[in-house]
Amino acid sequence: MREINYVDALNEALHEEMERDKKVICLGEDVELAYVFGVTKGLKDKFGGARVRDTPISELGFVGAGVGAAMAGYRPVIEIMFMDFIMLAMDPLVNQAAKLRYMLGGQLSIPLVVRTPGGGGVQYGPTHSQVLEAWFMQVPGLKVACPSDPADAKGLLKSAIRDDNPVFFCEHKMLYKTKGPVPEGEHIVPFGQAAVKREGSDITLIGIGYQVQNCLRAAELLASEGISAEVVDPRTVAPLDTATLAESVRKTNRCVIVEEGHLRSGVGAEIAASIQEEAFDYLDAPIGRVAALNAPIPFEVELEDYVLPNEGNVVEAVKKALGVIA
Amino acid sequence: MAKKAKSLTKKRLHEMYHDMLRIRRFEEKADELFMAGLIKGAVHVSIGQEACSVGVCSALNREDAILTTHRGHGHSIAKGTRLNEMMAELLGKANGLCRAKGGSMHIADISVGHYGAHSIVGANMPMAAGMGLAYQIEGKGQVAVVFFGDGASNQGSFHESMNLCAIWKLPVIFFCENNGYAVSFGVGRSTAVEDISARAQGYNAPGVTVDGMDVVAVHEATREAVERARNGDGPSLIEAKTYRFFGHSRGDPHFGPYRTEEEVNEWRKRDPLLLTEKLLKMSKTDKEAHQKDVRDEMEAASEFAQNSPKATLESALEDVYA
Repeated sequence: MREINYVDALNEALHEEMERDKKVICLGEDVELAYVFGVTKGLKDKFGGARVRDTPISELGFVGAGVGAAMAGYRPVIEIMFMDFIMLAMDPLVNQAAKLRYMLGGQLSIPLVVRTPGGGGVQYGPTHSQVLEAWFMQVPGLKVACPSDPADAKGLLKSAIRDDNPVFFCEHKMLYKTKGPVPEGEHIVPFGQAAVKREGSDITLIGIGYQVQNCLRAAELLASEGISAEVVDPRTVAPLDTATLAESVRKTNRCVIVEEGHLRSGVGAEIAASIQEEAFDYLDAPIGRVAALNAPIPFEVELEDYVLPNEGNVVEAVKKALGVIA
Repeated sequence: MAKKAKSLTKKRLHEMYHDMLRIRRFEEKADELFMAGLIKGAVHVSIGQEACSVGVCSALNREDAILTTHRGHGHSIAKGTRLNEMMAELLGKANGLCRAKGGSMHIADISVGHYGAHSIVGANMPMAAGMGLAYQIEGKGQVAVVFFGDGASNQGSFHESMNLCAIWKLPVIFFCENNGYAVSFGVGRSTAVEDISARAQGYNAPGVTVDGMDVVAVHEATREAVERARNGDGPSLIEAKTYRFFGHSRGDPHFGPYRTEEEVNEWRKRDPLLLTEKLLKMSKTDKEAHQKDVRDEMEAASEFAQNSPKATLESALEDVYA
C-alpha cells in the first residue's frame, strides 16, 4: 500500500468528503492557505470560497457559527489551530453543540466536527501544547476521536464528518509528519472500535493518540529484553470500546495505560476503572498509568521532555507491573 | 400613540394586535401556573415587550429563522410556535416541544423556523451567524433573526458575531431588546454607549434605535433590515427600547432597589397593547372580540398541558446522541 503522512491523510479525507457531500464546509483560521499545519491545503481552490473560509481570530464566534450552520443542515468541519484555543469556544461546543439535540427534544442534530492538533514536543510552551481529550470525553452528547496513525486519521475523520453528532477530533502535532500505509478512496474507521496495533502476551499497553507511538516504541525495546507487550489503541475515547481493552487484559493479565494529558482525572483513570470492572479477576498486578507530570507543559526542551511521557516511562511502568523492578 | 403604518393594512394590524394579546395572556397564564406550583424552575415572562416579538416576526416568512433567549415565550408565539405543546413543555410533559428536556428557557419549534431559546446569554448570536452562513450558501433568500437583550450586547459573542456577519455579508438581523436591565444591573451602568445601536458602526453595519413599545416602528425597521439581508447586503442591528413590566424572573418583585415603582408605572402608560388600541381606534366591542378568542385559546393550552402525560424516566436518556 502507498504510504502518506498524517497531514496528507487528513487532507485526503477532507477532499473526499467535500467532494462526496456539498453540505460539508470548512472554517477556521488560516484554512485557505493552510500555512501553519497544512491539513486544509488545496480545499479552497477545489471547492471555492463559499465552502472553505478563513475566519477572523474569534473562536467563540466561528465555533458557534459552526453550530448554527449544523442547525441549518450543513456539516461544518471547524479547525482550531491549537487545541488549547478551544477554551475560547467552550460554550458553543459544550453548552450548545453537545446539548442542543437533547435540550430541544430531538428536533435537530448537530453534525459538527471540531478538529484540532494538541500535544507537546515542539517547544510551544504551556498554552500551545495541551492534550484535552479527558475534558471532552466527560460530556454527554460529544464524541471524541484520537487517531494515532495516518490510516486511522483518514478513516476516523471520514466517520466524524458523516456522524450526525458533534465530534471533538484530536490530532497531534508530533504525528503530523509521520508516515504510514493509508488505503486510497473509501476507508472508514468506525467509532467505538479499538484496534490492536501490536500483538503480545505479557502485558497490555493502552495508548491514546500520539502515545500509541510511544507504546509501540516501548514494545520494541521490551521485545529485545524478552517481554512481549500488546499495544491496544481505543481510537475513540467517547465512545470507548472497553470490551476490546478488557479482552486484551484477560489475555495478558497486566496493563499499563499511557496518555499525554495529565494524570489526575485523566483518560487512564476512566479506562482503569472500566478494566477492573470487566476483568478484575484476570489482573495479576495493579494497573499502571503513565501521563504528563502535574505541571503545565514547559517551553525548554529538557524540561518539556521531563514533564511529558516517553517510551522510557512506559518501559519503566511495564517493568513495575511485571515485578521486574520495584 | 404608535406610528402610522406605511406597509400594513388595518386587517394586518388587527392580527398583530391579536398576537400581542396572545403573548400577554400566555405570559399571564404561565405566571399563574408557576405560582400554582405547576411550572417548576425558572420562568421569565416578557410582559411589556410584546411589540418587539410581533413587530419582528410579522416581517418574516415561515422559512426564516429566529433564535431567542431565556425570555423567549413572546418570540416563540409570534413565530407561530405550537401553543399547546409549548405550554406542555413549560409543565415538563412528555409531549412538550422539547420532550421535557428544555423547559421554558429552551423552547424551540423547528417546524415553524423557531431555532430555539438559548439560555446562555449571548450564545445564540454565533449560531445565528452560522445559520446565516448556511442560508447564504443555500441561496434561497432566507434570513436569521437573533433576539438578545441589552446585557448580551456586552458579551464577546455579540461582537464576534457582528464582525463575522459583516465581513461575510450574512443575512442576519441582530435585534436587541433593550429593556434597561440585566437582571438588576441598569444599562446606564453596564454599557458604555447610550444607544446600543451605535455599536453597529464598529462593524460597518446599519444600526437603528426604535421605540420598542410601538409594534409598527419595530415592524418597519425589521422589514428594512430583512430586505437588506435578502439582497445580500449583510447584517443590521436594531435596538428596540422596551421595558419588562414584571421582574427579571419569577419570584423577583416588579420593582425594587434597582428601579422605582414610578418608573414602572411611567412605562406602563406606553403599554404596547394600549398604543396599538389607540392606533386602531379600537372600540370596546373590538377589544372584547379579541379578548374572548385569546382567553379560550390559553385556557385550552393550559388544559392540554395539565392533561398531558408525564415524561417517562426512560425518556431522560433519549436524544443524547442522534
